[in-house]
Amino acid sequence: MISQLFVLSQRGDNIVFRDYRGEVQKGSAEVFFRKVKFWKDDEDGDAPPAFNVDGVNYFHVKVSGLLFVATTRVNVSPSLVLELLQRIARVIKDYLGVLNEDSLRKNFVLVYELLDEVIDFGYVQTTSTEVLKSYVFNEPIVVDAARMANLGPAAIFMQGTKRMPGTAITKSVVANEPGGRTREEIFVDIIEKISVTFSATGYILTSEIDGTIQMKSYITGNPEIRLALNDDLNIGRGGRSIHGYGSSYGSGTVILDDCNFHESVQLDSFDIDRTLTLVPSDGEFSVMNYRMTQEFNPPFRINALLEEAGSFKAELILKVRADFPSSITANSILVQMPVPTYTTRVSFELEPGAAGNTTTDFKESSKRIEWGLKKIVGGSEHTLRAKLTFTQEPHGNITKEAGPVSMTFTIPMHNVSRLQVKYLQIAKKSNSYNPYRWVRYVTQANSYVARL
Amino acid sequence: MAPPAQSQRSPSPSQPSGKSEVSDLKLQLRQLAGSRAPGVDDSKRELFKKVISHMTIGIDVSSLFGEMVMCSATSDIVLKKMCYLYVGNYAKVNPDLALLTINFLQRDCRDEDPMIRGLALRSLCSLRVANLVEYLVGPLGSGLKDNNSYVRTVAVIGVLKLYHISASTCIDADFPSILKHLMLNDSDTQVVANCLSALQEIWSAEASTSEEALREREALLSKPIIYYLLNRIKEFSEWAQCLVLELVAKYMPSDTNEIFDIMNLLEDRLQHANGAVVLATIKVFMQLTLSMTDVHQQVYERIKAPLLTLVSSGSPEQSYAVLSHLHILVMRAPYIFSSDYKHFYCQYNEPSYVKRLKLEMLTAVANESNTYEIVTELCEYAANVDIPIARESIRAVGKIALQQYDVNAIVDRLLQFLEMEKDYVTAEALVLVKDLLRKYPQWSQDCIAVVGNISSKNVQEPKAKAALIWMLGEYSQDMQDAPYILESLVENWDEEHSAEVRLHLLTAVMKCFFKRPPETQNALGAALAAGVADFHQDVHDRALFYYRILQYNVSVAERVVNPPKQAVSVFADTQSSEIKDRIFDEFNTLSVVYQKPSYMFTDKEHRGPFEFSDELGNLSIGVEAADNVVSAQRVEANDKDLLLTTSEKEETRGSSHNGSAYTAPYDGPATSLYASQTQLIESAISNPASAGQAQQASLAIDDLLGLGLPAAPSPPPPSPRLKLNSKAVLEPSTFQQKWRQLPVALSQEHSISPQGIAAFTAPQALLRHMQSQSIHCIASGGQSPNFKFFFFAQKAEESSNYLVECIINTSSAKAQIKIKADDQSTSQAFSTLFQSALSKFGSQ
Repeated sequence: MISQLFVLSQRGDNIVFRDYRGEVQKGSAEVFFRKVKFWKDDEDGDAPPAFNVDGVNYFHVKVSGLLFVATTRVNVSPSLVLELLQRIARVIKDYLGVLNEDSLRKNFVLVYELLDEVIDFGYVQTTSTEVLKSYVFNEPIVVDAARMANLGPAAIFMQGTKRMPGTAITKSVVANEPGGRTREEIFVDIIEKISVTFSATGYILTSEIDGTIQMKSYITGNPEIRLALNDDLNIGRGGRSIHGYGSSYGSGTVILDDCNFHESVQLDSFDIDRTLTLVPSDGEFSVMNYRMTQEFNPPFRINALLEEAGSFKAELILKVRADFPSSITANSILVQMPVPTYTTRVSFELEPGAAGNTTTDFKESSKRIEWGLKKIVGGSEHTLRAKLTFTQEPHGNITKEAGPVSMTFTIPMHNVSRLQVKYLQIAKKSNSYNPYRWVRYVTQANSYVARL
Repeated sequence: MAPPAQSQRSPSPSQPSGKSEVSDLKLQLRQLAGSRAPGVDDSKRELFKKVISHMTIGIDVSSLFGEMVMCSATSDIVLKKMCYLYVGNYAKVNPDLALLTINFLQRDCRDEDPMIRGLALRSLCSLRVANLVEYLVGPLGSGLKDNNSYVRTVAVIGVLKLYHISASTCIDADFPSILKHLMLNDSDTQVVANCLSALQEIWSAEASTSEEALREREALLSKPIIYYLLNRIKEFSEWAQCLVLELVAKYMPSDTNEIFDIMNLLEDRLQHANGAVVLATIKVFMQLTLSMTDVHQQVYERIKAPLLTLVSSGSPEQSYAVLSHLHILVMRAPYIFSSDYKHFYCQYNEPSYVKRLKLEMLTAVANESNTYEIVTELCEYAANVDIPIARESIRAVGKIALQQYDVNAIVDRLLQFLEMEKDYVTAEALVLVKDLLRKYPQWSQDCIAVVGNISSKNVQEPKAKAALIWMLGEYSQDMQDAPYILESLVENWDEEHSAEVRLHLLTAVMKCFFKRPPETQNALGAALAAGVADFHQDVHDRALFYYRILQYNVSVAERVVNPPKQAVSVFADTQSSEIKDRIFDEFNTLSVVYQKPSYMFTDKEHRGPFEFSDELGNLSIGVEAADNVVSAQRVEANDKDLLLTTSEKEETRGSSHNGSAYTAPYDGPATSLYASQTQLIESAISNPASAGQAQQASLAIDDLLGLGLPAAPSPPPPSPRLKLNSKAVLEPSTFQQKWRQLPVALSQEHSISPQGIAAFTAPQALLRHMQSQSIHCIASGGQSPNFKFFFFAQKAEESSNYLVECIINTSSAKAQIKIKADDQSTSQAFSTLFQSALSKFGSQ
């Protein structure tokens, strides 16, 4: 049972504030913001998503730089409230097209309308964008999407590939196209976040893929959709230990450890032909989430060498090799590495021809070096050399004082699990009816780490 | 609603500056109020927006109330909605003006558009003005019968709102029974779900005063209702599913077939993408199988994968909520998760609250087969840039070392930490090495060789310094430099700011002195002199004590300071198992995230509808948990409602523990119990004038488990020699105090007859029985098969108390009894009495 719900800007201003039950004092937004802001001083680290101040429980999620907060005095299910906050953010995004402070401020009356229908007297009524449509009357005021930096997972499709109509993902589910008529289209995104930890010798210590099949439909009339996955998809790893690296790699079978589904998904034929049947509701939602620890070929190999070179000096060589086909290009690559805290200066030496594609930086305050690459073509290898200057002699083993190397990247049109959408079938209304279908793959680094 | 806090704030340039703007708005609104010009609605929209944006940032715009209402005569639904929002916010501080809105709201409640009807009804009920409730009853009544489901969902919640404004109006209009009818018959599942929410709230609040409400609330847990809801579960929205599942988790099936039916029905809920649904389902599975060890274990195996999937999908916040629950399961059954340890490895970009949970899980699941890998991983984190996490990682390694048999490899790692020469790493490692040596003195040679190399100047943190000094004192015979290091530390006495370190230093110098007198004599003299002159009371006292005892007799002093020590076998756990059980009972609530039972952070009136009953269910008592008990009692004293529900909970819980042995239908014993209980409460309420009775009743209420007064007059105590006071009273705090002070007079073990065990369907039954023997229970707790009770009794003619701790194991049919008595001479007589009372249990 939720008492209040509010959305705060990064600076702590109320953008919307809805009190459902009048059980929590008015100043709660300020109490909350102060607590979050000074959490580091009082406790340590970041404020957890749920905490209690004077008998009031504060929940929050961060979405697009905004804080979505709920308060209650009751000992509720934390999952429920946090899921709800996330869902509310998503519903608002469905309506506004883009979710950020600007769009929220321009549309706050619409957001109030939504909040009134989503929750009544603290109890959740509905979070379905589709159902809400009939209760909500404000027209969204669309914010220029081009200025938006952060669009969530969908943003990754904006770069590098011209095939996608860039504005589509930021299109409101209720606003009409300038032409007056909505374009019939559906987006299916297979987004995989990969986590790999390499040991100092390059051996893979842990690896996991967290994938999601995301759908966003702009199709009118709610036709049934069939989504076929790999025929030989297996779920569950039986009695085998999850991390026992078997010989399944290369055999072509995709083995998921586990998965879950959106509630609209009918699984009647899933066990037979790996087909998901659903009637997509409006708005964006995850059709399926899956998790895989089956061995896969990591897209990048990282090689780091840090050696003392005379007194007060060390030399670092970082190598990144792209282990995927040359037809594919990764973008927004950032390699980071903490260096010893007594490092005062770092001079970089780039490989020839790297200018334009590469940035390097030594972050003095956090004592880390950053190496950014705009793109890496499959099969290529890139090297960074750096000379480190210290204020003192390193004690003992210098590699214990630096690292690990971490890497973030995005690889469009590539997925490492080899899970595929074989076809996307839309129940036809007529012969001429043929909506646009976009099936897109992308791989992102979640935690991609090499130790020294 | 209180005036917004913002008004005191100095106006910032980015925000509207209050007063002048508000009066501007007032003027403009007035101009528009009567206007029928084309486009007037658009201008109104703009104005309304401004008003609401002021309201949002906390500027008081309540002075516009009249104008807003005047402008509200419109057919524009967007305008209407903004107006409703405004009115709902300010009606409470403007009750007179709120009356103005009643008219148009009531009219809108009869609009032909169901959307308008619903909106108006919702706003009408949101006014929160007590003297307007008479206007609500009519529209609510028709709203509940509306043929549009949207209006009905609004009306149901409206009833709840009405209840909060004026409970009597709501009850008098008989709304609860209408809601009950709707819940069981409405075709729209959201209407059903709202009815359930509203009824839970209303009946829980009413249950303290109304017997009927109490029955109704319990009826929500009856088989027909539970099955009715379960059979439709897939029609409910995901949020309503959570609501139903929460209810089901409290349901007590009558046999195992029923349990399996429910579990099979809910099996696919574990594949839901919404973590709240999955966790609610898991709670049902956990609660249902508590008494079936094998199945319970299978449930753990079954839920592992879905939980791990939820942890790795979704936002960090959602993942944290799930991870907290995984954490509690891992802590309860680490062996089940020991092969999944890699999932608990920290990722470098995770927030520290996630890492902390993972470190605890890694520590818990470490066993012979995975320790090497886990410790290797933890050692990587020790060099982490995030220093608090690095520290925790080192502590985790230490904990693993303390819980493992084969510490060989781990000791090496710890010693490597000492060689890393990072201040905080050294500090943490020193503390660990100290603990390790206390448990495994056999490692002292290896450890002190390394510790000896550490310069005390590099150790600054008090805890670490104290640990180092302790080792210097304890192993001074093996550490060449010990006396000299200690001496230099003593020389810098004045610079040592931590009293803890100075205390350790005193003791260490003493220890060293007995082992190597000639070398330490100087240091000891200096230490004692500095200690006696110390401004810190404890340091001063300890120095003086050492000085005097040395003066008195050196060999006695040696025996005091340097006695032979036994290795510590187990270090005390910080959290009592009772508390852990309580948190587990509150699965899928904040208790799990906070790692605290709800009574520690929630006020009584805000506990969920059925959560009252958990309150004393596993009340923990005993010296180590004394604080908690006191606070629990403070919260719960005089809570009549609680007393009833507690006994109910005990009853039903007992039935689930004993599973198949207990086949009586659910509402058998429970109902009969209520009858007697409620009678008692009723008499207390209906006869407030009768002083004696009222006092008795309040005494009964003081009794923790609500059994202060037997329903029937108690039979005379059986023993002629020792007569007990059947109406004895003892404050819980007095009980605790006495329990701490008095010595154990008798400690015995008894067998319990098979009939006794058979009758032991619930702790409650025993309590009632003992009650009839004038032995009163003050606290009870535990889970099958182990139950713990604290009883007390009083002599009939004088206030001499007997205190009893009774631990009953139902599977071994044994009771362990400890008796403490004010009057030791009669404790044997009392023991006989207690035994005979216990042995009669079940035979009557």
